[in-house]
Amino acid sequence: MTIKFENIYINETATVTGPYESNGRLSKYFDKSYNDLYFGMKTWEQAESKLVNDAIDILLNKEGINRFKIEAFIGGDLLNQITASNYAMAKEDTPFIGIYAACATSTLGLIVAANLVNSGLNKVITFTSSHNNAAEKQFRYPVEYGGPKPKTTTFTSTGSAAALLSTKKKGIKLESGTIGKVIDLGIKDVYNMGAVMAPAAADTIYTHLKDTGRTADYYDLILTGDLGIYGLNILKEYMQSEYGITLGNCNDTGLMLYDRDSQPVNAGGSGPATAPLVTYSYIFDQMKKGKLKKVLLVATGALMSQTMANQKLTIPAIAHAVSLEVRG
Amino acid sequence: MEKTKYKNIVDKNTPKENTFYDCLVAFVTGGLMGILAEILIEFYQNLLDIPFKSATVCMLVTLITLSCLFTCFGFFDKWVNFCKCGLIIPITGFAHATMSAALEYRKEGLVTGIGANMLKLSGAVIIFGVVSSWLFSIIRLVVGLA
Repeated sequence: MTIKFENIYINETATVTGPYESNGRLSKYFDKSYNDLYFGMKTWEQAESKLVNDAIDILLNKEGINRFKIEAFIGGDLLNQITASNYAMAKEDTPFIGIYAACATSTLGLIVAANLVNSGLNKVITFTSSHNNAAEKQFRYPVEYGGPKPKTTTFTSTGSAAALLSTKKKGIKLESGTIGKVIDLGIKDVYNMGAVMAPAAADTIYTHLKDTGRTADYYDLILTGDLGIYGLNILKEYMQSEYGITLGNCNDTGLMLYDRDSQPVNAGGSGPATAPLVTYSYIFDQMKKGKLKKVLLVATGALMSQTMANQKLTIPAIAHAVSLEVRG
Repeated sequence: MEKTKYKNIVDKNTPKENTFYDCLVAFVTGGLMGILAEILIEFYQNLLDIPFKSATVCMLVTLITLSCLFTCFGFFDKWVNFCKCGLIIPITGFAHATMSAALEYRKEGLVTGIGANMLKLSGAVIIFGVVSSWLFSIIRLVVGLA
């Protein structure tokens, strides 16, 4: 299902990261980066929550508006009960919609926010966050445990990104959004999330192109969320064999955030913050400079549950897409 | 797409792990661990005059203490990641798994945090260690009677 938006703009964005991201390829594009993983807080969960508050503060500062002008927040993260978002929002006095689509939360947030603005709200902020250690603790092993990891594993990014949406003609145009379906093609390997998510990304891209009557060439760049290098290759082969579509102009934000040659991130970056960290910083910069005009952002999420994985069930995935354009 | 057809695409695009290299590293480092343990036993036996049975216990305690300490210092996970089963299979792996879980949950309270989660990874080792020792004792008993 693709929803077309006539008059919705991402006016301003803010990105805050941890140390691994600031040592990556896009360090100079971020608004703020920390050198440690606690940011002055006592635990990683609290630290992630602080990242969200930081991103919102920076966003409001950059746009130069009072926080009471914001009519709604939409956000989510990876932690159980979307802890980081909820605790961050306890510090705000504004209506909040918490959402969860694993690492596809960012584009889902943009679609929900755009619909709220479409239905009459003036200013809406959507945000996501992730924290490497908090995610490792919840989904994998203790952080200090050094068990070997297969090459297909990804590295959860630490950061938070927020975007302000309104009808004011400023910034990047949010042209349309495609809400994805939950897809499960029978992958059980919790260390190969790229393979889990690639069919969901393929389905959403195909649906978007079909609904809008466009070809893949219409976009200067089709950007997936966190498939990693192997997942991206699977996506290309899947698109070719299932739909006969060649994806030439595509990349993955998980591959852009880190330097895979010098950083121990295996297949690439992942996490709900990965796609917006790269898009709101580097991609928007390229769009404002006119190097990219039309970008399709397809954030991908593996809807993994430890309980179901232990019950030997396969892992479902989802992908939501937004079409971003330079104001014409 | 058929799940089997998709599995083929996934398999084609999944990199092979260097199993031979990993085994070699584990073999060499695991062997070095054995040598270290022997040296420790000799040390306790000959220099501190501890009887053999107690010297082996002292060796185990030394290795456990060192792995726990190194885990707390934050560099042992890199060693384990490199040596793989060379450090995971010996008692060092058990100590590392227990200590890393204890560190992870220490901020969630003594009972609800450390107490409840310390054996999260290594609890299975204890359970199946006890079960298999029971099983082998039965076999020994039966064989002994025959």
